[in-house]
Amino acid sequence: MLNLIWLIMLAAGILVASVTGRIETVTVSAMKAAELGVEVAFELIGVMSLWLGLMRLAEEAGLVRALARVFGPAIRRLFPTLRPDSPALGAIIMNLSANILGLGNAATPFGLKAMQELQKENPHPDTASPAMCTFLALNTSALTLVPATIIGVRLKAQSANPTEIIGTTIVATGCAMVAAIVADQFFRRRERL
Amino acid sequence: MKLIAEVSRWAIPLLFLLIPVVAYIRRVPVYESFVTGAEEGFKTGVRILPFLIGMLLAIRVFIDSGALELIARFLRPILIHFGLNPDLTAIIPLAVMRPLSGSGALGVATQLIYQYGPDSFIGRLASTLQGSTDTTFFVLTVYFGSVGIRKYRYALKLGLIADFVGFIVSVWIVSKVF
Repeated sequence: MLNLIWLIMLAAGILVASVTGRIETVTVSAMKAAELGVEVAFELIGVMSLWLGLMRLAEEAGLVRALARVFGPAIRRLFPTLRPDSPALGAIIMNLSANILGLGNAATPFGLKAMQELQKENPHPDTASPAMCTFLALNTSALTLVPATIIGVRLKAQSANPTEIIGTTIVATGCAMVAAIVADQFFRRRERL
Repeated sequence: MKLIAEVSRWAIPLLFLLIPVVAYIRRVPVYESFVTGAEEGFKTGVRILPFLIGMLLAIRVFIDSGALELIARFLRPILIHFGLNPDLTAIIPLAVMRPLSGSGALGVATQLIYQYGPDSFIGRLASTLQGSTDTTFFVLTVYFGSVGIRKYRYALKLGLIADFVGFIVSVWIVSKVF
């Protein structure tokens, strides 16, 4: 599915550019994409090193395991294929908490750490495991209590009440999360995982 | 609301205080461990680079060429046919952009908020939509790329289902509440 979407986006873009007589935008965009990829990756290297360093301390101090023991039981039911004492659970919980608190740049390193741990228990290293699919479903639909960026934009645009969208955002994201969990169960059962 | 904002403000400094202190008490060589962990950051960054460039290539060409706008224009009559309020069609480009590009979506949302006003229906809807769903393609690319996974199985479908439900509920709740 991803191969097809990738091809369609690329081909549709080139087709539209050629029909509208702006074929040179394709060249410019392709070069820009390559540059942007490097920029994003390099930015990530800095924050990731920072958080993975801290994460390592938390691990060696036994804090990640403690976190998994406290919050694990609630979240473990969503990950039946994981070992009950899996170190991935601690990282998953840290990622979700960082997301909820709106600490975006901490959430990514914790999430990538969780993926590493999940990959250790994955029998097919080039294919997503069911636990990874569940984790990403939770992650991409995850609740943020304070969507700070958009509140900032509203403030600058002179909204009478910049934070009034927090409630509606929580409802929308909550429903998205429930839908993701239900759909995950459905796909899992269909593929007999 | 104040409380949550305060928690967000204090969370990071407290983490950087508490974790090293607890680790030190438990006889972890704190500085050395930090550096060992940080090494991973570089490796991960390099590992995701090809995945990022591949995905950004398709997304940038798709958006910059105007293909995204064309799809949004094509979706408009279909959505109106299925009962979408015609006033709402201004939101379609944002809904299509949201899973593809975080900065692109923020740009579209900002433009909508300024054009229609932050306290208009479209302004509130754009804000809710921007806050409630994530950049699915980017997240999958980075997360799977970091461990070398090429076959996503049904993960993309899950993410897009969540985005779609988030969009429908946003429209419903914003028209209900305000």
